[in-house]
Amino acid sequence: MVDKTLELFDCGHRACGGCGAALAARLVMKGAGKNTIVVSATGCMEVFSTPYPETAWKVPWIHSLFENASAVASGVEASLKKQGRSEKIVILAGDGATFDIGMICISGAFERGHDFTYICYDNEAYMNTGIQRSGATPYDASTTTSPAGSCSFGNKRPKKDMPQIIAAHGAPYVATASIAYPADLMQKVEKAINTKGPCYIQVHAPCCTGWGFESEQTIAIAKLAIETGLWVNYEMVDGKVGKVKKVVKKPVEEYLTTQKRFRHLFKPKRQDAEIAAIQAMADKNAEKYGIEIKLKKE
Amino acid sequence: MLEITEGSHAVAEAVRLCRPQVISAYPITPQTHIVEALADMVANCQLDAEYITVENELSALSACVGASAAGSRVYSATTSQGLALMFEVCFNAAGMRLPIVMTIANRALGAPLSIWNDQQDSISLRDSGWLQFYAEDNQEATDLHFIAYKVCEDHSVLLPAMICFDGFILSHVYEPVDMLSQEDVDRYLPAFTPYQRLDAADPISFGMYATPEYYHEFRYEIDNAAKRAKEVIKKAGKEFNTLFGRDYSAMVEGYRLDDAETAIVAMGSICGTIKDAIDEMREEGMKVGLLKIRVFRPFPSEEIAQALSRAKHIAVLDKNISLGAKGALAMEVRDALYGSTIPVKGYVIGLGGRDVRKKDIKEIVSLAQKGANDQFYGLRREVL
Repeated sequence: MVDKTLELFDCGHRACGGCGAALAARLVMKGAGKNTIVVSATGCMEVFSTPYPETAWKVPWIHSLFENASAVASGVEASLKKQGRSEKIVILAGDGATFDIGMICISGAFERGHDFTYICYDNEAYMNTGIQRSGATPYDASTTTSPAGSCSFGNKRPKKDMPQIIAAHGAPYVATASIAYPADLMQKVEKAINTKGPCYIQVHAPCCTGWGFESEQTIAIAKLAIETGLWVNYEMVDGKVGKVKKVVKKPVEEYLTTQKRFRHLFKPKRQDAEIAAIQAMADKNAEKYGIEIKLKKE
Repeated sequence: MLEITEGSHAVAEAVRLCRPQVISAYPITPQTHIVEALADMVANCQLDAEYITVENELSALSACVGASAAGSRVYSATTSQGLALMFEVCFNAAGMRLPIVMTIANRALGAPLSIWNDQQDSISLRDSGWLQFYAEDNQEATDLHFIAYKVCEDHSVLLPAMICFDGFILSHVYEPVDMLSQEDVDRYLPAFTPYQRLDAADPISFGMYATPEYYHEFRYEIDNAAKRAKEVIKKAGKEFNTLFGRDYSAMVEGYRLDDAETAIVAMGSICGTIKDAIDEMREEGMKVGLLKIRVFRPFPSEEIAQALSRAKHIAVLDKNISLGAKGALAMEVRDALYGSTIPVKGYVIGLGGRDVRKKDIKEIVSLAQKGANDQFYGLRREVL
């Protein structure tokens, strides 16, 4: 059972107000519990939680480099095993550290089958360095390295399907989650922690600074991502999709219009073709995962 | 017990005797025989260690970082391109004060690709905070592993160390090595007691970031620890000598140096060739000697200055080149002798496995005596 009162990621850190990643860390630690060692990759979370000589972590925590968190965790696991110790290992890394620079280390560690839980807090760009695109940035999002302009609608590629890549390594438990659904997130972390082998959870964590919205909107926007089908919460046990979060589907516009990173799709001129392309992606998600709840017509 | 064995196998046996708890390595020529031998020991229950077969060298050393931080004695081995891939982790491991021991089977760096020996790989990491030992032969390469663990894990040091031995020239050569027994090693090297470790019962944060208000002092502390290692190396060497009768207490070692007018300064296996050349030159009445540098980091400036104080000519041999400048050892020997009037000449030799023979050593002595300037020795005519 998750102890919801447990606070292992303490207040007083340096995250922006309304930071989705900070909330993700707090919830993840409630799910993981005290007997945990956290391995962090370089990124926002590492920087805002550990400015020497202060730390927000009430569990043992280690940060080495940007790309190597899964390799460091492999070593921690081997070390604990050799010493006969019982701590669980949680990796916390952003989408840049996961989708891009950390891919080799991740692939190696998942293939070797170490016992850890990898949490990717996905805020869909390199936020720590000033909002540059990553392999997790959605189609048409404007970032500082995929800016919308007179001949560009922003990021040209859809988001990489990282959970499927991890599942293809034979990971016993893969899930997606969102800070908008805390109970679901905490339960998934608890489940992953108690599953032997390398597990992966990708947590949607909106970034008010990078996406361009007011800080009190974080949860609402995370929820809209789910409700439009642009983010799907699901579980994969032994590679098979099981539990999926079902929604009464809303048009993607309701999500896109809340964030400055998509405003070029509506101003100065509405880009119908681009919005339709994004809607098609949401519809494809809905079909693939069967998320839609159809309301009976009155 | 004296046995004829391959250098890599002798090193692997020494590592086994040190009882590492976690080994993490990636195969690369000419390091492979070490990691194969260790894998074999684990597979046959001769070594009770977790052996992580990583997907590249960056992960090899990263896994060592995690394993060491969690409180285990760890080991890795690599060379050349593999060490270059570890560059970022090397600085990190030293900065986190993790006593990792890693063997380097010294090899050239590409391009052009070369699998053969020089010392450019480890020399290029001289600024990383790792202690660096260079072995002349396989007996020394073997023994330095026991000493390195003892020094690194000392709580006044807590820095990683590279044991550098020349690829192929030592790693693949069979020669007699007197191997210690497990009882001997256990007597000399106690179990690892980490200064601090990742532990849920006593949480600490490792590898935090430091603002300009603190970073400067972190580097100062690492530098201090490296300098403190000098005394710890001496002590560990003395204790080794008392127990086993081989003396590694000095960071530099003279050979027929006391009355030498021309002193050669060098590191690694080339020292054996130099000693033979010196014996022949001595028979011809030439007063030539060698100063072998066993420990390059921390750099033994005072010892070098003292050992070379009576020489009239100094020839420093470098199997590396800081391109656009000089060989690393020559530059640092000059720094150690700053203010002295003895001419120090630097000769870059044997890069990418080019053989260095006794006649080359004699030629270099003659160049130094003539005052010939710093140069690449033995270049093919077509590039001149």
